[in-house]
Order: sequence, then structure tokens, then C-alpha cells
Amino acid sequence: MKTKIITILALAAFAGFAYAAPQTFDFKDPKGGNSAIFKLEAPLETINGSANDISGSVSFDPENPGATTGKIVVAAESLTVPNPMQKEHMHSTTWLDVAKYPEITFEAKSLANVKTAGNVTTADVTGTFTLHGVSKEITAPVKLTYLKDKLGDRIPTLKGDLLVIRANFTINREDFDIQKGQHQDKVSPTINLTLGIAGASAK
Amino acid sequence: MKKILRVLAVLVLLAAGAIWLATGASRGWTKTSVMVKTPDPVTGLDGISYEKKFIAGVDFLGAAALGAGLLAGASLFFRKPKINQPTKQ
Repeated sequence: MKTKIITILALAAFAGFAYAAPQTFDFKDPKGGNSAIFKLEAPLETINGSANDISGSVSFDPENPGATTGKIVVAAESLTVPNPMQKEHMHSTTWLDVAKYPEITFEAKSLANVKTAGNVTTADVTGTFTLHGVSKEITAPVKLTYLKDKLGDRIPTLKGDLLVIRANFTINREDFDIQKGQHQDKVSPTINLTLGIAGASAK
Repeated sequence: MKKILRVLAVLVLLAAGAIWLATGASRGWTKTSVMVKTPDPVTGLDGISYEKKFIAGVDFLGAAALGAGLLAGASLFFRKPKINQPTKQ
């Protein structure tokens, strides 16, 4: 009897552990739907642009979302604005120097103030943000939405789960040695970033 | 030639103004595309794409004004044609 109880408890613990295992979500979206939007003030109007070549992976455990870690990579060359000359300047050695610094990355190290309601988790994520070859630790609010068994709804040939990450934060370009102390009246040092990306964990 | 250049200058200004008005009289920068957001029904995220569309901005007007100014300025290098006075007999 005692052996039976121990066996049942061990199986239950194993099942719980197996269910609670973190999953790896791949953020290279084959549908190209992942994007990052940036906004900054300039004379005449707000400059609105986006980047859509996003990749990376995040380890997420639905039972323990506070343990989420991962790295998101944005190809700097995919940054675009609707004015061709502005885009050219943005990519040039004078500003982002995308040839020398082809990637903009965020590596999440830890989450704090984690609150979960159903399949939605909000938290403050701390990690290393690298832009223009300069890395800085930043903390930003993030919202994680776990969509169990929804990968097939997006890509019918696959089965698995989706993880949607939304974040909005502000950086100062001068912290990343981008025209430090220059052109502050023409291009605001403050840049607002909005991330809306979905990663897939195929089964 | 002088007159031609000045007329061209005016035409450039008028054409630029007409294009600027026709494309929305934007007080911002010229754009060659516009951002289009397409919501994804599964994730709720907005997919971002760009649709080619020319929107003339104030820089377009400025470039036209500069071009017109150069044309008008070039006209100054040409002498006004002399009108032959009939000789008195």
C-alpha cells in the first residue's frame, strides 16, 4: 500500500514537472508579421518607422512565467521610414551605421513584479539592450500572452503553442553613442520603441 | 530665352504647388510609402507593411522653389532683346 502511494505521488510529481517544463519559442516569423515600431520627434512632424526582420528565442514556462529568459534580435538594415533620404541617413555611418552594427538586440535576464491572470503575464523585464555597438542594462514593462495550441491557427501545417510579447519603452540615442550631443533640435534624442512579436513552439 | 526661363520658373512653382495640394498638402516631409497595419486575428498583433504612395512634403516645395529660383536667376544672364528703332528720313 505504502509502495503504491509513493509510486502514485512520484508519477504525479513527474507529470507536474513534465507539464511545467519551459518551452523554447522561436521568433523568426515565416509570415513576417513580427515588427518593432519606433517614434521620435523632429521638426515638422513625428518620425514613424518600423523594423520587420526580427528573430530570436525565448524560454517560457507557462507554470513559471517569472523565469522567462531569452534574446530578441532585430536586423538593423530592416529599419525603415517612409522618406527615402531619411532612411539612407538613418542607415549611414553618421547615425546607426548598419553595416558595422547589423544587429539590435535585447537579452532578457530577469523578470520582476510578475502578475499572471489566465494566459496573460505582465512584468518588468530587465536585460541588456545593444544598439550601435553599445550595451546598456534597461528595464521595461512587458506583456506575455501564452496561446496554447494556437500555432496551427496561424500556420495550418504546424502544431504547437504561440507566445506573444508586447513591450513599450523609451531609450536615449545618446546613451548608445548615436550623434551624441548633436542635432538635438532636429532629431530628438528620445526614441519610443514598441515591440509586438509572436514566437512559435512547435510540437 | 530670358522670358522662356522665367515662364519655366513659374511653371515649376505652379506644378509643384499643384502636386503638393493633390497629394494632401502635407506639412511634413515627403514620403514615398505609407505604413499599413494589418491585424492578425490569432495573435492580435498588427503586421506592418508599406504601400507605395507619393506624398509631397514641404521639402518637395522647397526643392521646387530652389529650382524655380535657379531658372529665374539664370534668366538674368540673358539680355533683353533690343527693339530696332526705325530711322527718321
